[in-house]
Amino acid sequence: MTTNGGADLTRLIEPDRVHRSVYTDDAIFAREMEAIFQRAWVYVGHESQVKQPGDYCTALLGQQPLIMVRHSDGAVYVLYNRCAHRGALLCAKSRGNTGGAFGCSYHSWQYRTDGTLESIPLPAGYEGTRFSPGAADYNLKRAARVESYRGFVFASLSPSGPALAEFLGEARIALDNMCDRAPAGEVEIVPTCFRFIQHSNWKIFMENQLDALHPYVTHESTGRAAAELERQMMARKQKPPLEYHYLSAFTTPFNEWDKLQTVNYPYGHCMLQGYMGLRPRDPDTLAYEAVMREHYGAERTERILGVNIHHVLIYPGLSVQPALQQLRAARPLAPNRTLTEIWHFRLKGAPEAIYRRALAYYNLINSPSTMVNADDLENFWRCHQGLAADGGDWVSFHRNAGQDDEHDGVIASRRGTSEAPMRNQFRAWKQYLSSSEH
Amino acid sequence: MPVVIKKRSRKKAITPKKNSFAQFRVSDDDVILREVEQFLYRQAELLDAKRWSDYIELFDADGIYWMPASLEQITGDGMPSIFYEDRNLMTMRMKRIAHPHAWSQTPAWGTSHIVSNVTLEKVDSRTGDVSVRSRFHMMEFRRDASRHFAGVYHHELRKTKHGYTIRLQRTDMVNGEAPFDYVLLAWV
Ligand code: FES
Ligand SMILES: [Fe+2]
Repeated sequence: MTTNGGADLTRLIEPDRVHRSVYTDDAIFAREMEAIFQRAWVYVGHESQVKQPGDYCTALLGQQPLIMVRHSDGAVYVLYNRCAHRGALLCAKSRGNTGGAFGCSYHSWQYRTDGTLESIPLPAGYEGTRFSPGAADYNLKRAARVESYRGFVFASLSPSGPALAEFLGEARIALDNMCDRAPAGEVEIVPTCFRFIQHSNWKIFMENQLDALHPYVTHESTGRAAAELERQMMARKQKPPLEYHYLSAFTTPFNEWDKLQTVNYPYGHCMLQGYMGLRPRDPDTLAYEAVMREHYGAERTERILGVNIHHVLIYPGLSVQPALQQLRAARPLAPNRTLTEIWHFRLKGAPEAIYRRALAYYNLINSPSTMVNADDLENFWRCHQGLAADGGDWVSFHRNAGQDDEHDGVIASRRGTSEAPMRNQFRAWKQYLSSSEH
Repeated sequence: MPVVIKKRSRKKAITPKKNSFAQFRVSDDDVILREVEQFLYRQAELLDAKRWSDYIELFDADGIYWMPASLEQITGDGMPSIFYEDRNLMTMRMKRIAHPHAWSQTPAWGTSHIVSNVTLEKVDSRTGDVSVRSRFHMMEFRRDASRHFAGVYHHELRKTKHGYTIRLQRTDMVNGEAPFDYVLLAWV
């Protein structure tokens, strides 16, 4: 594949179609990592992953290996995972507790958990050299900006840009609504992470998250099997578990999906309305709603539980399902390789049955035995294979183009299957790439 | 030096007279072990032959196939799991795989299991139920690529008139916490 990195990248993005090279080109990928993933606010992790001083976990932002760590004063730091001496990774494990300091495995430089250099062996060896302890060069480098929103930690590797709250804008409803659904107003991560390597570009994954045209086709086999099981169980006078409905909902025909709505925000964030009956009326839900009313009062409870959202994308790499307490983070590895990390959360103060509902979704839809993503991943692979070939230069996003309603930079689609979310992501892509052009 | 094997009559070796040769004594546990081994081998063959419905039939009415998310887990109930399936979910998985529009099934796909190191952990002399531990190695071929999964099976088997049924099969994969290159389409 020829490289397109020197070309005017924004010419590859038209309002209703994009050039295939943005998915396959090595140089464009490198530019994306720099201009998007190393500048935007990217999700690092949840504060409940690092509860105690010394607790740490690692994350990849763009191509940069980072450590999120809880310091002795309770603050959370995000540091580059790189020793200031000769460059070794400090943390080779993805999580753990490092005690008071990070010690390098190579020559034992020691760093405090805020990244400052604590000690080096045989310091006399540096006398009379340019090495000066205390200078920033000899500390662990910090992510340029770190902010937490209701426990969700984001970092930007660029010193300038909008503050996190401004960046999130209305898409913060993803995090607000997930936390608000907890009677205690906050969530706690469950320390299991299911991870997949997708053999396709990261944008193919992001475009899929809000694609209401695909479930009826891609997930037909699972939708039909689940619907059949529901019928069989009902015929046997058994009550099918609620989570079967998450799968049988895929049999919803095209025209029903089209009645949904997407809302598309600045910075590439987007939201797809819920479709799978996210507010059932079973006894567990009713008991939970009673607890909610105790905490929030009837009116506020209604406002929180009335939020009917399936997915919110926080561009460029996060997909959140507030009502199901799930989160998927996409970590691009190469133009044709994307790591996804999938987490789920407990609602603090909610009955165990509500956790179990999130767990059922996590196990059924998001685990490595998924009967759902199995067919998504197959299609992502097919897309990437096709886009790497010379069978055509453009990717079509014409569906309902020009038929959306725009107010103050927010684009509401009139149709659920509108390709507005994809167009909106490329609107942001173009802005990131063009403002980084020198 | 080649090992010299004393020749014995084949007949004697297979059907020793009632305990007449101490070295051929077959204890009850050995019989159980052979039965259990055969059960495990048959189970593996059903998977590799994609005889899903026969495979599901090996499970008790309330039997569970469980693959924990981490080796430390002691229960799958209320915990994240890679699989935690009763017969209803297993049936759903079977129906899905068989559907003509299961796109993930389009490429050629096959597996081969080896089961070994079979150890009886507990035999209930009253009921005949057994706990058995074994090791497996599964090679999977899908669309021009191979993957390997390996680990430990723990079976809780119930003795019935017609042989064993599975109350619980726990599958611990040594590489179960690695990022998955694609998914697990069926039980390992
Ligand atoms: S590379 Fe870390 S102490 Fe030398
Ligand atoms: Fe999908």
